[in-house]
Amino acid sequence: MILFGILALLALVFAVFMVATRNAVHSALFLIGNFVILAILYITLGAEFLGLAQILVYAGAVMVLFLFVIAYLSAGTEASETGPALAWQLPLGIAAGVLSLGLLLWGTLGAVLTPTAAPPHFGSLAFLGRALFTTYLFPFEITAFLLLAALVGVVVLVRDER
Amino acid sequence: MNTNLTYYLVLGICLFAVGTAGVLVRKNPLVMFMSVELMWNAVNLIFLAFSRYLADAAGQVFVFLVITVAAAEVATGLGIIVVVFRRRRSLDADRLSALKE
Amino acid sequence: MLQHSWVILLLPLVGTAVISILGRYLSKLATSLVACGVVGLAFLGTVAAAVQLEGLPPRLQAVQEVLFRWIVSGPLHISFGLLVDPISLLFMLVITGVGFLIHVYSVGYMGEDKNFRLYFAYLNLFIFTMLLLVMANNFLWLLVGWGGVGLASYLLIGFWYERPSAVAAAIKAFVMNVIGDVGIFLAIFLIYLSFHSVSYNRVFHLAYTHPAAAGVMTAITLLLLLGAVAKSAQLPLHTWLFDAMEGPTPVSALIHAATMVTAGVYLVARCYPLYHLSPTGATAVAVVGGASALLAATIGTAQTDIKRALAASTMSQIGYMIMAVGLGMYAAGLFHFLTHAFFKALLFMAAGNIIHALGGEQDLRKMGGLAKRLPVTYWSFLAGTLAISGIPGFSGFFSKDELLGQTLNRGHVVLWAVGVAAAFLTAFYMFRMFFLAFSGSYRGEVHPHGEAPRVMLVPTVILAVLAVVGGYLVLPGVWDLIGNFLAPAFSHWHGGAGAVGNPHHVNWLSMGISVLLALAGFGVAYQVYHRRAWQPAPWPFLSQLLYRKYYFDELYDAVFVRPAVRLGAVFGAVADRLVIDGGVMGLARGVRTLGNGLVFLQSGYVRRYALTIALGAAAILAYYVFWA
Repeated sequence: MILFGILALLALVFAVFMVATRNAVHSALFLIGNFVILAILYITLGAEFLGLAQILVYAGAVMVLFLFVIAYLSAGTEASETGPALAWQLPLGIAAGVLSLGLLLWGTLGAVLTPTAAPPHFGSLAFLGRALFTTYLFPFEITAFLLLAALVGVVVLVRDER
Repeated sequence: MNTNLTYYLVLGICLFAVGTAGVLVRKNPLVMFMSVELMWNAVNLIFLAFSRYLADAAGQVFVFLVITVAAAEVATGLGIIVVVFRRRRSLDADRLSALKE
Repeated sequence: MLQHSWVILLLPLVGTAVISILGRYLSKLATSLVACGVVGLAFLGTVAAAVQLEGLPPRLQAVQEVLFRWIVSGPLHISFGLLVDPISLLFMLVITGVGFLIHVYSVGYMGEDKNFRLYFAYLNLFIFTMLLLVMANNFLWLLVGWGGVGLASYLLIGFWYERPSAVAAAIKAFVMNVIGDVGIFLAIFLIYLSFHSVSYNRVFHLAYTHPAAAGVMTAITLLLLLGAVAKSAQLPLHTWLFDAMEGPTPVSALIHAATMVTAGVYLVARCYPLYHLSPTGATAVAVVGGASALLAATIGTAQTDIKRALAASTMSQIGYMIMAVGLGMYAAGLFHFLTHAFFKALLFMAAGNIIHALGGEQDLRKMGGLAKRLPVTYWSFLAGTLAISGIPGFSGFFSKDELLGQTLNRGHVVLWAVGVAAAFLTAFYMFRMFFLAFSGSYRGEVHPHGEAPRVMLVPTVILAVLAVVGGYLVLPGVWDLIGNFLAPAFSHWHGGAGAVGNPHHVNWLSMGISVLLALAGFGVAYQVYHRRAWQPAPWPFLSQLLYRKYYFDELYDAVFVRPAVRLGAVFGAVADRLVIDGGVMGLARGVRTLGNGLVFLQSGYVRRYALTIALGAAAILAYYVFWA
């Protein structure tokens, strides 16, 4: 309980900083922190494999990609935030965020939830693997194609056109 | 398990709301994109919480698929940002309005 | 091969796929090899299947193979399956065998055409759909093949699409065939309503064990006849066949002489259990066949275009077959189908050689004296002419006399007389064509080339040999190989009794009379046309009537086409202009006004869009939280 409280607080702080800071590199670093915290939370929820995958894929690969792009575009400055902004976008954006927060909380807190006992080895690699390769084999195979399509798509997209 | 499911849900919702606000208030497309990633993760957290409390593998499988899809999405999305930057020499979402008309 | 007959069916499909997909990478030689190769292999497969089938006991000579389930919907179960029995095998042998020879011939005939590959893709497609037609084991797949051959025929008639007349002919053939398709469609609906199945096996069994009302059976058989009439160019849906001669000559030989137009014969023969149960339907078939045979023969005497004259002869000969199957003489009808496939394909190919040598000239009045210039074609055409005229010793004699003799044996004197009269006319118009083309002196303007290349001559000669010896499969009074081959197919279901005639019941009277009349026809043609210049017939009204094919085209034009065009014009002026245009334009104007009003919403800014999405999502959420 205490662990959860600390982790949740940290995750929220990182998230807010990620949004609030003007520097894109700092944003990315805060996001990494947030992801690591979330990975720990995943593990407390019994999803060991996904927690590790989270660190590897998100905190690792995805964020490295982000940082690389930020560096490549040399846009780590605040320059992009200084231009003229859309009228009313900032207050309306915050309002939309708060509104969805309120509504979701309203809907969630009123619900009655009864836990079920977890089976042994819940969340282990074998457990997830069995589900992936039996019941959910087809969606799993489809994601393989999706990744391939994304790979080809990116190569086509950023190809030098000269 | 001594932590209530509701706590996880509240945390997930808060993160989601922060991500939503981030997409809406930031002008840097890269940061907007990171906010979207944050929203993905908030949803993942909720999935895993439900998966744990219903003792159902579907939630975990879904998270697995979300991570995969997110990876593909990041790759293509960043590709698009790079191309747009090459063309427009700018990273301001508010300067891009070619879709008008 | 018998257990894997789907290979035979698929080979031509592979051919058409390869040629149409890889066509641009294939040389003409490779295209020819693929196109002829798949059909040749299919022929070898069919021969192997035939040999295997002959080895089986007669009771088992109907091999069914269900390949996959096609439609499963409530009580409706339709699978895709193949049925190989002697009837379908006879057709398969002709389709692939004669088809192979015509493919080879086409390599020469179409050699200079710019759409060479397209032509062979179409031709292979035709072979595939025709095989599907005769190999399917249920009515629905028969209809798929039936429509498929109609499509292939349409594509090939209109192959020289730069000629408006070819396009018009293709459309005409397609439309008239669709009339027949509708007939078959309705017949299938009735069959399914009565017997709750479309598979031949079940329908033919149930038709006997749980008979439907006589009126229903008559309706089914008449609707099937409508399909047969359209496909086989019989009265009254025959007019498309003459115009179909706009297609390349090998196409006329394959589709409009040897195979597709005989699909009607196949349909009636295949459905013999149904026609057995409906004497009205069977009689209608026989009458339509006899009438078409005679009428087409008279038309043939006045045509000046060599291919149109042959088309009339095709219609007339198929009339014989339809008459025979209508009278229940299935073996005789199918035997005539076989010999006709040989000699009519031969005649078309020989005509193709002439047209090739004369640079596209098809008018008999501008031919003459070609015997010396085209010796091989001359002898081949002579063999075909002797065969179709029923001169003793040639194939047509055996099949036609088997057919006419059995008609007389069964006491159908009127139909017999019609058949014999048509036989006289057949001999007359065939020798008329022969003398006009080959005897006398050359009357055309273009300088004729020499004989066609060998790739065209060899298939012609092979078919000439078959046209001569093919008839000996049935030697009257001695043996009846065709009857023996086909007999098991007609014992499989109830209603095939008498399908195979007794070879020892030779009607010498009928044979004598028809031979005499054939010789008379030859004699008259010799008197009038041998070594004479072309002269118009002495009876201008009659010859014009025949030349115009009894004004059927003009009649249909006045009764169906022009009113339809006028109706269309009325709708075009009123309904289209006011209702449809008004509605569409009004709608477009409304949308434009609305769009102009809403354009401010589309700012082009991605963040505005995101905001809209977020607010919209919040609204939906609010609905679920507070009201749902």
